[in-house]
Amino acid sequence: MDSIVISNLTKKYKDVTAVDRLSLSIRAGEIFSLLGVNGAGKTTTLRMLSCLTRPTDGDAMLHGKSILRDMQAVKSMIGVSPQETAVAPNLTSRDNLEMMAGFHGFSREKRRMKTAELTEQLGLHEILNKKARMLSGGWQRRLSIAMALVSQPRILFLDEPTLGLDVLARSDLWDAIRALKGKTTIILTTHYMEEAEVLSDRIAIMKNGRHLLTGTPDEIKNKAETDRFEDAFVKLVKEGN
Amino acid sequence: MKMLTFFRRTAKEILRDPLNIAFGIGFPLVILLLLTAIQSGMPVSLFAIEELTPGISVFGLSFMTLFSAMLIAKDRSTSLLQRLYTTPLTAEDYILGYTLPLVPIAVAQSIICYIVALLLGLEIRVTILYAVLSSIPMAVFMIALGLLCGSIFNDKQVGGICGALLTNLAAWLSGTWFDLELVGGAFKQAAYALPFVHAVELQRAVLQGDPAGVFPHLWWVLGYACMTVLVSILVFTRKMKKE
Repeated sequence: MDSIVISNLTKKYKDVTAVDRLSLSIRAGEIFSLLGVNGAGKTTTLRMLSCLTRPTDGDAMLHGKSILRDMQAVKSMIGVSPQETAVAPNLTSRDNLEMMAGFHGFSREKRRMKTAELTEQLGLHEILNKKARMLSGGWQRRLSIAMALVSQPRILFLDEPTLGLDVLARSDLWDAIRALKGKTTIILTTHYMEEAEVLSDRIAIMKNGRHLLTGTPDEIKNKAETDRFEDAFVKLVKEGN
Repeated sequence: MKMLTFFRRTAKEILRDPLNIAFGIGFPLVILLLLTAIQSGMPVSLFAIEELTPGISVFGLSFMTLFSAMLIAKDRSTSLLQRLYTTPLTAEDYILGYTLPLVPIAVAQSIICYIVALLLGLEIRVTILYAVLSSIPMAVFMIALGLLCGSIFNDKQVGGICGALLTNLAAWLSGTWFDLELVGGAFKQAAYALPFVHAVELQRAVLQGDPAGVFPHLWWVLGYACMTVLVSILVFTRKMKKE
C-alpha cells in the first residue's frame, strides 16, 4: 500500500526550478531516502510534502489527502524533524516533548503518557530534565526526532537527521531510526551515502531538481555496475541528465 | 489548550534566561538606584523619585520588545517555528502565545520598579497601583513592536535594533534623563511625535493623581499601540504564509 503518491510536483523560484515534475510513490512503513548533492531539491521536496511550501505545480497525496486541498488533515498525520535541531533551548527535554503534545491538543495525562513512551522508545532518560541548549548535537537530534513523533505520525520527515554528528552519535541515531521501521513511513534526506545505504529500503536520487531513479541500494549498484554504493551514486549522478 | 501551552512555553523561555532577568529587571533598577543616588547630592530637583520612577518604568518596558523579538527571531532561525507550522496551531495561537505572556511580565517589572522606588522614598499612595496599570498600553505597544521586529529581522539584527537602538530611543526621547524643553527644536518635536515621552507623562500624571494630565498622552500611547498591534499581526501572518 502506498503511503505517499507524488505527481508532477514542481517548485519554481523566479527563474530557478528547485523541483522539476517529481513523480514517485512511497510505500507505507518503509524508510525512503532522498539522496542528492546540494541543490538537488531534497529539502524543497520535503517542505512541499509537509505543507511548508506550496508547489508551483503538481500535487502529492498522503494517505489519500492532498497537500494542496487537505492541509490540516496532512498536518495531523505527519511529523517533521527539520535540518536544524528546532528545539526550545531553555526548556528541558521533558518540557519540549510535553509542549509538542500540547500543540497537538493532548490532555495533561496523555501528554505525560506520550512523554514517558517516547523517553523509553528513544532512550531519553538521562537528558529528560536537562535544558535542550545544554545537550550535545547528538542528543538534540534525538530529542528533535522524539518531538516529531509526539503526534504519533503515520509519516515522519527527517531532513538531514545526522548532519554534523560524530560517528558514534550517528550510529546511535541510526539505531533509533531503524527501531521506527514498519510502524511509521520515514522519508529522510541525506548527503551521506552510507546512511542512505544502511537505513533505506529504497532510495530516490535527485539532481538539479529532477528525479534520476528510484531503487533499493542493491538495484542502484546493479544499475551502475559497481560494488560500492558511493561509486554507483557518483556514476549515476554524473551520467544523469 | 494549545494557546495555553504556547503561553507557558514563551514564559518559561523568557524567565529561564538569566540575561533576560539581568537586563529586563536588573538594569532599569540599577539606573533607578544610580540616578536617585546622584539626586541626593544635587541642589536642584532633577531626578525626583516621583518623576523618575515612571520614566524608569517605561524604559524597562523597552526590554519587552527585545524579549519578544529575540524569541521569535530565534525560533525562526532554529527552525522551531517551521516545525510548529506543521502542527495544527493557528495564527491566533502563535500571535497570542508569543505576546500575552509578556503582559504579566511587564506588569511585574513595573511593580518591582515601584517597590524599589518606595524603598528609595516614594510616598505610598493608591495612585501607584493605577500608575502600574497605566503602563499596560505602552507594554502592549512594546510587545507588538517585538512581534513585528522578530517577524522581519534575524536574531543578530534584533540584538542591534531592539537591544541597542530602541532602548536608547526609549531612554533619550522619553524626557526621563533631561527636560525636553531644555533641548527644544526638532529634538523635542521628534520626541513628542513618538510614544515614549507620552507614556512617561501619562504615568506621571496618574501617579500624581492628575486625571486631566492624562490627556492627550493616553491617546498617543493607545494610538501607537493599536497601530503597532495591527501592523505586527499583518506582517506576522503574511510571513507565516510565506514561510
